Amino acid sequence: MAREVEAEVVLRLCGITKRFGPLLANDAISFDLRRGEVVALLGENGAGKTTLMNILFGHYTADEGTVEVFGRPLPPGQPRAALMAGVGMVHQHFTLADNMTVLENILIGTRPILSLRLDMRAARARVARLAADFGLAVDPGARVGTLSVGERQRVEILKALYRDARILILDEPTAVLTPQETAALFETLRKAVTLGLSVIFISHKLGEVMAISSRVLVLRHGRLAGEVATADTDRHRLAEMMVGAEITQPKLAERAPGPALLTLSAVHTPRRGNAPGLRGVSLGLHAGQITGLAGVSGNGQAALAALIGGLEAPVRGGMELHGLVPADWSPRAALAAGIARIPEDRHRTGSIADLSLTENAVLESYADAPYSRKGWMNWPEAEAFARRIIKTYDVRCPGPRVPIRLLSGGNMQKLILGRALAAGPRIILANQPVRGLDIGAVTFVHAELVAARHRGAAVLLISEDLDEVMALSDVIHVIYEGQLSPAFPRGSMSPAELGIWMAGDGFEGAVDAA
Amino acid sequence: MELFDILLSASFWAAAVRIASPLIFATLGELICERAGVLNLGIEGIMVIGAFAGWMAVYLGAGLWAGVFVAMLAGMAFGLLHATLTVPFGLSQHVVGLGVTLLATATAAFAYRLSLPEVTSPPRIEPFQPWPIPGLADIPLIGPALFAQTPLTYLAFALIAVVSVVLYRTPLGLALRAAGENPASVEAQGLSVTALRMGAVIVGSGLMAVGGAFLTMSAFSSFFFEMVNGRGWICIALVVFGAWRPGKAALGALLFAAFDAGQVRLQQTPIGAYVPYQVFLMVPYLLSILALELMSRRAEVPAALMVPFNKGER
Amino acid sequence: MRLEPIANPSALRRVGLPAAALALTVLAASLLALLAGADPFATLGLIVKGAVGSRFAALETLNRATPLIFTGLAVAVAFRARLWNIGAEAQLYAGAVVTVLLGTGALPLPPALLIPAIALAAMAAGALVLLGPVLLKTRLGVDEVVTTLLFNFIMLLFVSYLLEGPMKDPLGMGWPKSPALEASARLPRIVTGLRLHWGFALAILAALAVWVVQTRTTLGYEIRAVGLNAEAARFSGIPVGRVMVKTALLSGGLAALAGFSEVAGLKGSLTLDLSPGFGYAGIIVAMLALLNPLGVVLSAIFVAGVFVGADSMSRAAGVPTYIADILTATALLTMVLALRLTTMRVRWR
Repeated sequence: MAREVEAEVVLRLCGITKRFGPLLANDAISFDLRRGEVVALLGENGAGKTTLMNILFGHYTADEGTVEVFGRPLPPGQPRAALMAGVGMVHQHFTLADNMTVLENILIGTRPILSLRLDMRAARARVARLAADFGLAVDPGARVGTLSVGERQRVEILKALYRDARILILDEPTAVLTPQETAALFETLRKAVTLGLSVIFISHKLGEVMAISSRVLVLRHGRLAGEVATADTDRHRLAEMMVGAEITQPKLAERAPGPALLTLSAVHTPRRGNAPGLRGVSLGLHAGQITGLAGVSGNGQAALAALIGGLEAPVRGGMELHGLVPADWSPRAALAAGIARIPEDRHRTGSIADLSLTENAVLESYADAPYSRKGWMNWPEAEAFARRIIKTYDVRCPGPRVPIRLLSGGNMQKLILGRALAAGPRIILANQPVRGLDIGAVTFVHAELVAARHRGAAVLLISEDLDEVMALSDVIHVIYEGQLSPAFPRGSMSPAELGIWMAGDGFEGAVDAA
Repeated sequence: MELFDILLSASFWAAAVRIASPLIFATLGELICERAGVLNLGIEGIMVIGAFAGWMAVYLGAGLWAGVFVAMLAGMAFGLLHATLTVPFGLSQHVVGLGVTLLATATAAFAYRLSLPEVTSPPRIEPFQPWPIPGLADIPLIGPALFAQTPLTYLAFALIAVVSVVLYRTPLGLALRAAGENPASVEAQGLSVTALRMGAVIVGSGLMAVGGAFLTMSAFSSFFFEMVNGRGWICIALVVFGAWRPGKAALGALLFAAFDAGQVRLQQTPIGAYVPYQVFLMVPYLLSILALELMSRRAEVPAALMVPFNKGER
Repeated sequence: MRLEPIANPSALRRVGLPAAALALTVLAASLLALLAGADPFATLGLIVKGAVGSRFAALETLNRATPLIFTGLAVAVAFRARLWNIGAEAQLYAGAVVTVLLGTGALPLPPALLIPAIALAAMAAGALVLLGPVLLKTRLGVDEVVTTLLFNFIMLLFVSYLLEGPMKDPLGMGWPKSPALEASARLPRIVTGLRLHWGFALAILAALAVWVVQTRTTLGYEIRAVGLNAEAARFSGIPVGRVMVKTALLSGGLAALAGFSEVAGLKGSLTLDLSPGFGYAGIIVAMLALLNPLGVVLSAIFVAGVFVGADSMSRAAGVPTYIADILTATALLTMVLALRLTTMRVRWR
């Protein structure tokens, strides 16, 4: 294969090793990044991608190894040095101050801290120029808190460009975008590369890696498992390199849907801060069916989950459970109605870090016999319950009495799953059930959801990962600004078609789309 | 009727401005801390130590401005203690703040007893005298209220503008506000959240101490133990009332001071004969609680207030 | 620098660091003594002797510990739920006022019924005082730290009004003081002849009761869950607001018992200086005990000992008695730091 003359090396990582206690997060990783190329860093969750980039950017200090930028060694542990050397990072979790404007956010730290002037006018002009050059439209005077996720990401990229970044690192940048927004991002990256920038694109999505990168580095268990030119490989081989085996997609056996167990008709819920409420949502969850909810994050998924989970009651519209209108609506009422809930954030809402596994296991059922009677706890019964979950769901842990924070994300999720599924629920609300899990845990959770469908449960799967929704769902709804699209049967829509709905187009003329 | 007389008297407005001055210092100090993400419950004790240190320095022969400086240094020392425990070590800002208040108050009491073992009534110092501004001070009503005050009062009002400009118009202010809203945004731009927050707490504590010093060096002329008497807690309420904005918070302090000056004068009217004086004295505290209630719905709390930041943790 | 969690802290860390905190406190005390021109060792010796050196001193310490156990428990219960009750001082006075109100002849009951009735009424009053700030917190999201603090000042002014007005002792020669309790309303001494009243026993009992509530009941479990992660608790169906209110009632009631036991057990009447800051010291007591109710008993005795010992040392050695306040505040700050360092390791860079 013909190669052009190799461009200069702009970034060189040499033998980077990082340990967190007993965990070896990065094991002697070395690679070069050249001018004008997009290198994809591929690996599943927990493979060490983010750690590596945090070392490069100075958030962590490597135990061993060096980083060179444009031939000069980078002093470890100093984000400022990385910025000065021309490294810009777009973090997976945006690093923006919501109560400040776009321009203010871009300007943080760009001038000597004790200088007395902020030249807002010149800065605004420069941001406008960069935005035009790279195709990053955003209003510099807008408060960040009012922006959409896609716009926030553009601000993050502008931040890096404003500081003359020559090397752009993007950590899972497409996780929160619609397919169309992803395409626009790729356009920006291609422009950047032609202007001489270099890009490291961190992802676990094979399709995107194939689309944007010229070279792929695969990380597995903290090690560089392989390096390959994108042109010389395909998705299957990359998948094998990434997880050491072919990824098997869950299979849904054909099954006629049962009766609707939960019905919403034209439900409205209030806004909460920046999160939209539901606006006239109608939805039926049927027995033996997985209903997928696709959408860009922050479009009302939280409101729908809060409603079904019992945390929020409709202000308008009707809700029926098993054909009846519930008298009052609270988390306890939802649990009593046989709704199992897998919350979006297992650390913040799904578990209490400093409580033991036992105490976490009975969080939803402690008030009932046999775990308590007349206000007195029965701890032996609670512990027996925790042990059953640990055994059935193969939760790897030192025992039921240790605090749950010592568990890995996957094992924590298994305990939450076990807690939710213990009572044989008829309705399952799974909100981002596999976010941040490694492939083994993902497969496990998906298999449990499919098994529940098989048993005749109605499952609502909320996910920002369109691939996951499309793979698992019998029907798909798209949520946008608190409105719900019509139900699309499995296989009736392409990702691009769903992307149009995710961007909000089609909601006005919903008739001709469905 | 009496109320009307009070509102039209120049001495009432002069008193309101005077009462507001220490509150403005301390409120601005607390506001700086909170804008950077740290709730400083050490405020009450730091005001006490400021009141004591400034007064003691002058009593021992220092000039008045040197006394203010000493008070500020004392406040900054306790600010450093607070900042060290709450910022890099991330300890509970509630517990540390109360601990600092207890420690600072006790230190002032100990030092007072140590230096003046036998006195029954504290010695007096010669406090700051009013500096009437020629011309302006003669304007009816406004003149005595605004332009015949002591220099510390002028300083307090000047600081409102300084703090506003720094917070909203300089790189430092930008970084400080970002540290209180989302510390990751500061760290990602290569600045140290730890340094910013510690700096804010130390400087803020210095201002609180000057607020305390105002009491002994401008308002009264000697130090006694119950002197600060909850003013620090009131300032925390004022920060909330002012929605974390310097101008609004200072306005709140003025409003509050006007009520306070008013209740003192109402006590001396016939109304005072029917209503126990304790009810009047309760007014400031009740007002503070009311202010918190009113603002609770539309408060824009800095999002990272009371959230410790540990580098590299996300 | 940055902190990294330690999964399994060693025994050395868990014992050594709190010990180091205590050593640092003692060092601070020595420095203060030196500053006051006294011999540090002699000063410390006098404090210890003054606290436990004689039967009289030891009983005095236990007497002083009694209100601190109650306020310490009040704070410990509240802080567990992350309810920042800094208003134990106000709740204490509420309890004291009710004790005087009912103990001066208003309730015609025999002692066996009168005393429990007064105690319960006092608890109700303390609970009520904390209810306001807690409802403001749960309904409107008003921070309870500031409101409970401000209530301390309001309550003190209210008591001042009572003592100069409706509750003034006609025989008090003009002093702001309440009439004395009737004999039937007073807590007897545990052993005749020894100056220790049943309030102390009640305090121990209260500590045991709180311990049982925390470890054995659903309420205790709910309080812990709410305190550690209110969002997860709410999600799981724990009624967070109701738990907060129950916690507040318990906490306020316990603090009020301090006022009840001081008036009915020790002073016999109410004055404005009934509490030299027992409410605030309760925070130190609770934190030193790591919010453990049984630990509160020990730390209350320790804190009381420091105060009683410092009083007696001050008379003998001339070091200002406020050394006790500095000592306990230092102990608080060094102890919270030590505890953080047992579970977190400092990494430079």
